[in-house]
Amino acid sequence: MSAQPNPAPRGLAARGLRWLQALTGQDGLLPSAPRTVRIADAPLGEELARFIAVVPDGENRFPRARCGEVGLDEAWTLAQQVRGTMSEDQNQRPRALIALVDVTSQAYGRREELLGIHLAGAAAADAYASARLAGHPVIALLVGKAMSGGFLTHGYQANRILALDSPEVLVHAMSKESAARVTRRPVEALEDLGERIVPMAYDVRSFNRLGLVHRLIRGVNADAPGPADVERVRGELTAAVATARGAPRDLSSRLESDAARATRAASIEVRRRLAQAWDAV
Amino acid sequence: MRDSFIELRARERARAILDADTFRELLGPFDRMKSPWLPLQGVVTQADDGVVVARGRVDGKPAVVAAIEGAYQGGSIGEVSGAKIAGALELALRDCERGRPVRPVLVLETGGVRLQEANLGLAAIAEIHAAIVALRRHVPVVGVVAGLVGCFGGMSLAAALCSRLIVTRQARLGMNGPEVIEQEAGIAELDSMDGAEVWGLMGGEQRHATGLADVLVEDDVGAIAAQVREAFNTTAPPRSEQVQVFCRRLAGIDPGHPPSPKALRTLWAREGEP
Repeated sequence: MSAQPNPAPRGLAARGLRWLQALTGQDGLLPSAPRTVRIADAPLGEELARFIAVVPDGENRFPRARCGEVGLDEAWTLAQQVRGTMSEDQNQRPRALIALVDVTSQAYGRREELLGIHLAGAAAADAYASARLAGHPVIALLVGKAMSGGFLTHGYQANRILALDSPEVLVHAMSKESAARVTRRPVEALEDLGERIVPMAYDVRSFNRLGLVHRLIRGVNADAPGPADVERVRGELTAAVATARGAPRDLSSRLESDAARATRAASIEVRRRLAQAWDAV
Repeated sequence: MRDSFIELRARERARAILDADTFRELLGPFDRMKSPWLPLQGVVTQADDGVVVARGRVDGKPAVVAAIEGAYQGGSIGEVSGAKIAGALELALRDCERGRPVRPVLVLETGGVRLQEANLGLAAIAEIHAAIVALRRHVPVVGVVAGLVGCFGGMSLAAALCSRLIVTRQARLGMNGPEVIEQEAGIAELDSMDGAEVWGLMGGEQRHATGLADVLVEDDVGAIAAQVREAFNTTAPPRSEQVQVFCRRLAGIDPGHPPSPKALRTLWAREGEP
């Protein structure tokens, strides 16, 4: 039971920054913003895309957002930056937004709740969704953890979700440790459960079986990408941007894959029956 | 005499919000659309999966209410309950795009994602967010958090995305529930058993006084129904679009010396009010 600030995040959640550097050649620091939100423009195929990452900072002014969590400053900065991109592009082709996702969770804390982290998170999700509706292709690339409120605010509003096939790419509503405490089950029991019940699993291959992943990118070194890895990923991103530009701006594609038809059958069935009853007298 | 809204179950809450005798439930308990995931874990299912979707009228205009039943699994969002909310909003959007506006009301009473359906709950919540943002461009999306469960997790973002948010004093609204904060950050961070502290942080009155909710209303069926009707006249931009206002407010905060909840009421006083 320690109330100490989180320790400096050595080696934690470093993949967001690594991939931002690999894909853009920049560190993405903003002139007057937290060091935790990194933004860089770089060529992607024939066009210029904007890459966005949330990264750890051991000296973040909010101690509960030092290890790659999306906290108050992070979420509001995401909202500000994404909306800024929308206004810059008002009279030109909307740039693609590439969210590089390695977020451990939302920030948990008293200050965060007092100051309305739920609204900050909503503002970030709102900005990404609004950008998508305005015609910006929004692509999430999962390179590390995509946990809970962190993912909802940074990545989950994307037109298309891409993921590296790596054991450290994890998607879930709650960290394993917290879920074990809340459900009073040992971590091993949760892992067993995840093997039987797909949506309970943490690994990205299980997540892929839910039909939510547009492309699972196999055979790439996620920790130390070489030039060939980076080129592969850039190619996948370029293709995803092209797909998104030619497709509806909503999230309907998440229910259209074979995997979704199998695993999210209930999500589809609920919508079908609601539509049937909607106008019935 | 007051007629408590909080004491009503989700179905009666939806009925109370809609104009008299217009309630028509879609995908109700007789349709038996239950969670496919809970039986695999030995958890009892419910025939409506804890969400009531009803069409009807609000002030004579076509409407849809999605009300979450806090008494079932803490109002948690699973695949089916989440799809019912997202699907209802998507159909309202379709009608709006066809020039037939539908007034959407969300009655939120939820701890967030249902952990037994983890990633499918989270996915549904992202779809709910997407639908609110799209629908809000056509018609106000009105949220009600009455209590006693409150509104937490990813669904607190849904509340914050609403065009207009109505709360009672008994409501709590926050991203992380007090128990989760205590678990993650320690009891020195927050004592979840200390009701006064919890309500001071995230109670309806505090949220309203600091500009994080639009309307504070008594726990009364008539008063809440009236405020829902009034909310559809709103033209103010949704709170989650007011990025500059809140960035400025946040920049004025020193995390090393955060204000007390009471002091925040002065710092973030409701715009246009003394």
